[in-house]
Amino acid sequence: MEFAELIKTPRADNVVLHRPFHAAVEGTLCLTGHHLILSSRRQDNAEELWLLHSNIDSIEKRFVGSLGTIIIKCKDLRIIQLDIPGMEECLNIASSIEALSTLDSVTLMYPFFYRPMFEVLEDGWSSFLLEQEFELLSSVTNEWRLSCVNKEFSVCPSYPALVIVPKCIDDEALRKVALFRHGGRFPVLSYYHKKNGMAMMRSSQPLTGTNGRRCKEDEKLINATLRSGRRGFVIDTRPLNVAQQARAKGGGFEQEVHYPQWRRIHKYIERFNILQESFIKLVEACNDQSHNMDRWLSKLEASNWLTHIKELLTAACLAAQCIDREGASVLVHGSEGTDSTLQVTSLAQIILDPRCRTIRGFEALVVREWLQAGHPFQQRCAQSAYSNSKQKWEAPVFLLFLECVWQIHRQFPCSFEFNEQFLILLFEHAYASQFGTFLGNNENERAKLKLPQKTMSLWSWVNRPEELSRFQNPLYEANSLVIWPSVAPQSLQLWEGVFLRWNRPSKFLEEAEEERINIIKYNKELQAKVNALRRQLAELETDEE
Amino acid sequence: VENVRLLDRLSSRRAVVGTLYLTATHVIFVENGSETRKETWVLHSQISSIEKQATTATGCPLLIRCKNFQVIQLVIPQERDCHDVYISLIRLARPVKYEELYCFSFNPKLDKEEREQGWKLVDLNEEYNRMGVPNNYWQISDVNRDYGVCDSYPTEVYVPKSATAHIIVGSSKFRSRRRFPALSYYCKGNNASICRSSQPLSGFSARCLEDEQMLQAIRKANPGSDFIYVVDTRPKLNAMANRAAGKGYENEDNYSNIKFQFIGIENIHVMRNSLQKMLEVCELKSPSMSDFLWGLENSGWLKHIKAIMDAGIFIAKAVAEEGVSVLVHCSDGWDRTAQVCSVASLLLDPYYRTMKGFMVLIEKDWVSFGHKFNHRYGNLDGDPKEISPVIDQFIECVWQLMEQFPCAFEFNERFLIHIQHHIYSCQFGNFLCNSQKERRELKIKERTYSLWAHLWKNRADYLNPLYRSDHSQTQGTLHPQIAPCNFLYKFWSGMYNRFEKGLHPRQSVTDYLMAVKEETQQLEEELEVLQERLANLQKSQSGDNKVKSKQQDRSKQTGLYTSNNSLANTPQEYSNDLKSFPSRSPSQGDEEDSALILTQDNLKSSDPDLSANSDQESGVEDLSCRSPSGGGCLPSEDSGKDSDEAVFLAG
Repeated sequence: MEFAELIKTPRADNVVLHRPFHAAVEGTLCLTGHHLILSSRRQDNAEELWLLHSNIDSIEKRFVGSLGTIIIKCKDLRIIQLDIPGMEECLNIASSIEALSTLDSVTLMYPFFYRPMFEVLEDGWSSFLLEQEFELLSSVTNEWRLSCVNKEFSVCPSYPALVIVPKCIDDEALRKVALFRHGGRFPVLSYYHKKNGMAMMRSSQPLTGTNGRRCKEDEKLINATLRSGRRGFVIDTRPLNVAQQARAKGGGFEQEVHYPQWRRIHKYIERFNILQESFIKLVEACNDQSHNMDRWLSKLEASNWLTHIKELLTAACLAAQCIDREGASVLVHGSEGTDSTLQVTSLAQIILDPRCRTIRGFEALVVREWLQAGHPFQQRCAQSAYSNSKQKWEAPVFLLFLECVWQIHRQFPCSFEFNEQFLILLFEHAYASQFGTFLGNNENERAKLKLPQKTMSLWSWVNRPEELSRFQNPLYEANSLVIWPSVAPQSLQLWEGVFLRWNRPSKFLEEAEEERINIIKYNKELQAKVNALRRQLAELETDEE
Repeated sequence: VENVRLLDRLSSRRAVVGTLYLTATHVIFVENGSETRKETWVLHSQISSIEKQATTATGCPLLIRCKNFQVIQLVIPQERDCHDVYISLIRLARPVKYEELYCFSFNPKLDKEEREQGWKLVDLNEEYNRMGVPNNYWQISDVNRDYGVCDSYPTEVYVPKSATAHIIVGSSKFRSRRRFPALSYYCKGNNASICRSSQPLSGFSARCLEDEQMLQAIRKANPGSDFIYVVDTRPKLNAMANRAAGKGYENEDNYSNIKFQFIGIENIHVMRNSLQKMLEVCELKSPSMSDFLWGLENSGWLKHIKAIMDAGIFIAKAVAEEGVSVLVHCSDGWDRTAQVCSVASLLLDPYYRTMKGFMVLIEKDWVSFGHKFNHRYGNLDGDPKEISPVIDQFIECVWQLMEQFPCAFEFNERFLIHIQHHIYSCQFGNFLCNSQKERRELKIKERTYSLWAHLWKNRADYLNPLYRSDHSQTQGTLHPQIAPCNFLYKFWSGMYNRFEKGLHPRQSVTDYLMAVKEETQQLEEELEVLQERLANLQKSQSGDNKVKSKQQDRSKQTGLYTSNNSLANTPQEYSNDLKSFPSRSPSQGDEEDSALILTQDNLKSSDPDLSANSDQESGVEDLSCRSPSGGGCLPSEDSGKDSDEAVFLAG
């Protein structure tokens, strides 16, 4: 298919662009296969707009006489308005945008066409390999092994080729366990707590069914993570009644009789359409432009978004608490083990592991616990809060995770190497990107699409020193401790950086950030100067002696 | 009283046992056992209510709520002791004479001269001169010399030059409590001004020639504009109801060239109830997100804050952008009028956003113009219906502005919190009584100390590291976002949940940056010394033995700088809902039951909260390392270890 077929009117003049907090801009609108471009033809090009079609969530058109207006709502929650003279041009452009923003073939997406203008210093596709992770683990414990039982993606289609499992469990046993777990997602190591040797595992639900089926290998596998005489905790991200209902459909939960050393805790974390609806309601409330909006707080409340944040953070804190304070191993799962499970395991690591609070460590966490662990990004992030299509697999699961990280960041502003912008960047790229990182639903699909060969990795770009500097938190001082966030409602706030980003005045806040950077920068410069002078003095003095 | 248990509101399991002391001025709780012997001090004047609850097996619970939003829950073993404490506190918390208040016994060990100097720190004459009056349009009037015209006004008031004593007196007779229009803020740049008064006694049709002339005079004092705004800060309905009582509002037909405007700010009773409702929400034990947001919305508190801000923004805009003078009043002109005038001044004039300027602003718009501190903040036992968080709301408006304009204020959040604390503490004389007249009669300046001098002495604790006098946010008028912006108004947990440290960010960006700036300053000094020495060395090439001392200094500093990030931090009760979990359907098998009970037991037996103290993560003391002056102790908590009142606040 040629993109040109979809572009009936590639260009329109005298188009006026309206955005909140910006003066209107008049210019020429151009449509390309992947971008919508508005150029003001001013010398400085300051007012150019480049918008990826894949970033467009929905469009609306209106006509007043022959002046058409297109309102474009983006996946990053921005809303822009284009006034296009000429009814035909406007209709053509609108239908082209609609077609180009809803291409159904992954291989037509921009990452397959994008050619980077920068030199690749480090290929991000191979920056975070599980082998390296295992090497680190091997230096502190020999209780685990790297298994390639899934190298053909045949045991579990949504797992990566390599997984870390207890050493005493062989591949044959893993195959059996896979048959006992939903989607073949047998328990694998998610995190090893060096401080006390406790492990966090994740999996999907066991397929006990109504007749209480059991699997000895499964029991052996998870018991292998326990110290003798110690207990472990199973954190089930479903409420008990949902877990019980799951038995009727062949799913279930670890039953007491077969797992006597494990205590089950049910935590309710919402998923799928409930989350998506909550997201849509929240964004609606944030965009409410009516002047009499004194019901803001009740709209915020009605969206339930912050409730989901609170529940998720609580579950993650509980998992971390079991590991660090109770000295117990933990197994986390919900139903499929691809959504709420990953939210809990990755947030628990943010709390427990200082490495995950560095930029590289956080990238590794996203790769390990989300991309490799098989969170179906392509399904979940197909549409954002403005979409009308209510597909049941769309849900802001990853965004909710990012916001929880932001909430912890806000409470520990000096303990993270990255800043808020870094989290926002990941949100944007998960929904629309020139990079291939978030395409596909799991490693299996990524391998089939040959993403590492055909597309550029987000990490290749973001880890370049000049880009990285934009995402560094000037206040960062390595903090080796476990950080326990507060989950009280008073401690949780709306993530304005995402939800009010386009409809609040941000100038003064940006100026404040600039001040913070300058204060730290000046201090570092002075330190360097003083040190240099000291050295110089010391040399002069020794010369004299 | 011994063996008293102090309960932690968030976690019933974190109770500490200690001894309770009642002194003439404080309630003191001293923990048993622990080496530090942690102490909790509460001033009697901070106590807003005491509640004796039903006796339980463990003792008799006593709940003390404070005006600075601290809530203390004690359990006293003997019912009789509890009753005695209760009776004593009721009496002690409600003094009947000013002389009983703490400021008359508080002695910070300053001599007479230092005390006088302290009172001179804020000088309103100087302030009016700074504004640019007296000048061709405005003059000081001595009509209220002996409080003869209005006993709640200051002796010195600025009025338009064309307003003769006859006009002023005439106008005063037509205004509630004789609070005639007087100057609050004068804008040098364009001659526009903000004046304040009480409501006119217009009833349904009454007129007063002098009052009309007074408003005319205010208009004439601003030659650039042919009208003035008259802003009535009450809801229209309230103002109309007042007409039946012979009061009311200006009729545009009777006054030439005024534009009349209502801005609906609710009265003190609505505000008192609103705060009460919000505090109930803050006090909820482990509320859900919905409980909290719903309760916050339902309290209406943020809506009221926004109403005050909107009024201030309207006036600031009229003065700065339209160049039109504004007369502001409410009913008596000492509550809403004070709020609105001071918010407008703060937006208009960067001086009021400095530490000194903010003190001046409170002294000008609140203290001198007869805001009834004693009645509103219940310093002496009085009518509970007079109590209302009027200045608290103003202080919150400032905080909301600080959130929107992080670089615009010289002071930080702690400054606001400490001012709020001392408005209730009665430790300093500034906010005593209801008017200047009463304060003069009590000889406050000779018998008590000034808060401003105290805050000024410790100003390093109160600085905003992001403030630069040459920054764009510190120039000219601030323009907050108006229409759809409710989301910009946020709950201030730093104030209303001030004593629940666990709820706040565990690392303070402000303290961190202040420490960095302090170090930067030392580096600058050292750089200078080093450069000088290098120059000398190069010039003379002669030996110098005194080199090392400074260097050691510096390395000590660096040591502190890099090792001070340990966190005070323990997990909360994340498993709270786990405990209340067994709400299952009865159809479940026994197997599940036992599983759940075991879960609870397990969590209880090795309670992470209890074991927290032996853990390295709980280095509470370390939290303050970053703070420039050892933690910036908030008043009346964990401090005052050696009961030396002078250092009580200095932290």
